[in-house]
Amino acid sequence: MNPLASIGAVVLAFFTATGRVAIFAGRALYHVVTPPMHFRQMLRQLVDVGYYSLPVVALTTLFSGMVLALQSYTGFARFSAEGAVASVVVLSMTRELAPVLAGLMVAGRVGAAMAAEIGTMRVTEQIDALATLSTNPMKYLVAPRIIAGVLTLPLLVLIGDIIGVMGGYLVGVYRLDFNPSAYIQQTWAFVETLDVMSGLVKAAVFGFIVTLMGCYHGYNSRGGAQGVGIATTNAVVSSAILILVANYVLTESFFSK
Amino acid sequence: MSSQPKISFEDVHLAFGPKQVLRGIDLAVDAGESLVIIGGSGSGKSVLIKTVLGITRPDKGVVAVDGEDIVGASARLRNTVNGKIGMLFQGGALFDSLPVWENVGFGLIQSGAMDRQQARVKAIDTLARVGLDEHVSTLLPVELSGGMQKRVALARAIADEPEIIFFDEPTTGLDPIMSDVINKLIVECVRDLGATAVTITHDMRSARTIADKVAMIYEGQIIWTGGVKDLDAPDHEMVDQFVHGRAEGPIQMAVRR
Ligand SMILES: Nc1ncnc2c1ncn2[C@@H]1O[C@H](COP(=O)(O)OP(=O)(O)OP(=O)(O)O)[C@@H](O)[C@H]1O
Ligand SMILES: [Mg+2]
Repeated sequence: MNPLASIGAVVLAFFTATGRVAIFAGRALYHVVTPPMHFRQMLRQLVDVGYYSLPVVALTTLFSGMVLALQSYTGFARFSAEGAVASVVVLSMTRELAPVLAGLMVAGRVGAAMAAEIGTMRVTEQIDALATLSTNPMKYLVAPRIIAGVLTLPLLVLIGDIIGVMGGYLVGVYRLDFNPSAYIQQTWAFVETLDVMSGLVKAAVFGFIVTLMGCYHGYNSRGGAQGVGIATTNAVVSSAILILVANYVLTESFFSK
Repeated sequence: MSSQPKISFEDVHLAFGPKQVLRGIDLAVDAGESLVIIGGSGSGKSVLIKTVLGITRPDKGVVAVDGEDIVGASARLRNTVNGKIGMLFQGGALFDSLPVWENVGFGLIQSGAMDRQQARVKAIDTLARVGLDEHVSTLLPVELSGGMQKRVALARAIADEPEIIFFDEPTTGLDPIMSDVINKLIVECVRDLGATAVTITHDMRSARTIADKVAMIYEGQIIWTGGVKDLDAPDHEMVDQFVHGRAEGPIQMAVRR
């Protein structure tokens, strides 16, 4: 096959997919802001996305905070700059690690589950059935999930920030023999509102990405169990990539001078 | 206007990719009439019904409900029309995350016609009509047998007493006695609710009980319509072969010998 033609085909496919996602996102947002709201569905999603993701996010951020303290200590000790450990931990956690790790973990947990559930509903005609029962499937299935993602990820990340810093503190104090009050003082001295806020904004964006991708791939799945499997994989992979890309773009816009 | 049919199809064409499924369907169903559609497996019966619900969209032709063309209708008109329709999907399409009573009462709750408590009472009532006990109402669909699921789906289709009801193979998978109960129930719906019913079935006994009028679809066209009394000696060779279930005749099944 002509190599130019195949490049063209790939580019076209890329723009087609982007356009489809954009239209889907637009429709979803329309249903987020217009009544009626399906409060029961929303509550279920808030619990599913927020509450049940807590252990996963807590564990990942705890150990990341711990390993961060350990690694930065071995690095900084060479320049006798051990005092910088606390500030490195708190800045990396709040700005980058907590939002990105939480986003990726939630993509694996929640995004996959959403794609599988909505995908199964699609292939078993449950989505068609909704339309015959005075219910708009976008409003009933997609809007509550997106709202839940955008609302709960920042909360998860806030908790992750605290737990990650605590992990650094535990390693710093019990393993590296820092003075506890000095460590905490160091932490407070360096962290600024913008550090935390930027992380929370990122979290909201990632929450949108994960739930949008889960819903989009589920909603458009075709062809039985295999189709649902493909939708699930695509949801996770595309959320993960989009999270990392969006993270870079957001970091640029927050911190580049 | 008593002459206006409740549902009408005019020259409806529909293809999935290269596969032409409907090739010019012309059919009309009068208000309060019970039409049975027969035809070989894969001949497009389910697809035809789904064009009325807007689930599949014809490439060409008119599908009208109460005289209004609904192909590519606005969301508002679509809602109004779908609100008049109850549908029993061939595969049931029950919401597997909701208990039986909530499946049956779903349309009543979502349309705002009833609160949850009233809908529950009505759902249990409707379940009784399809021969299901009250204790079934709290089970999940997966906990039911195939035939029970079918009856729940049937209950869901008729729960809000719609003007138009589509039954896609209501009696497949039921024992002969229960089939007869369901047939009678469909007759009752049409007689008592004054509903317009379109039933797809392969069961000739069922067709004889339910139908006022029978239409046969073959190769994407309606090749015959007639009263139920014409069914035994139809003036069409293919219909005769189909009704009497003979392998020999003008319809040749594409099977290798
Ligand atoms: N979503 C779809 N995508 C592609 N092809 C489809 C789709 N839905 C149906 N078809 C095709 O359309 C044809 C008609 O399907 P339909 O479900 O209407 O058959 P049917 O008459 O209801 O058969 P049965 O009696 O077995 O239920 C089939 O050949 C099927 O392969
Ligand atoms: Mg069918």
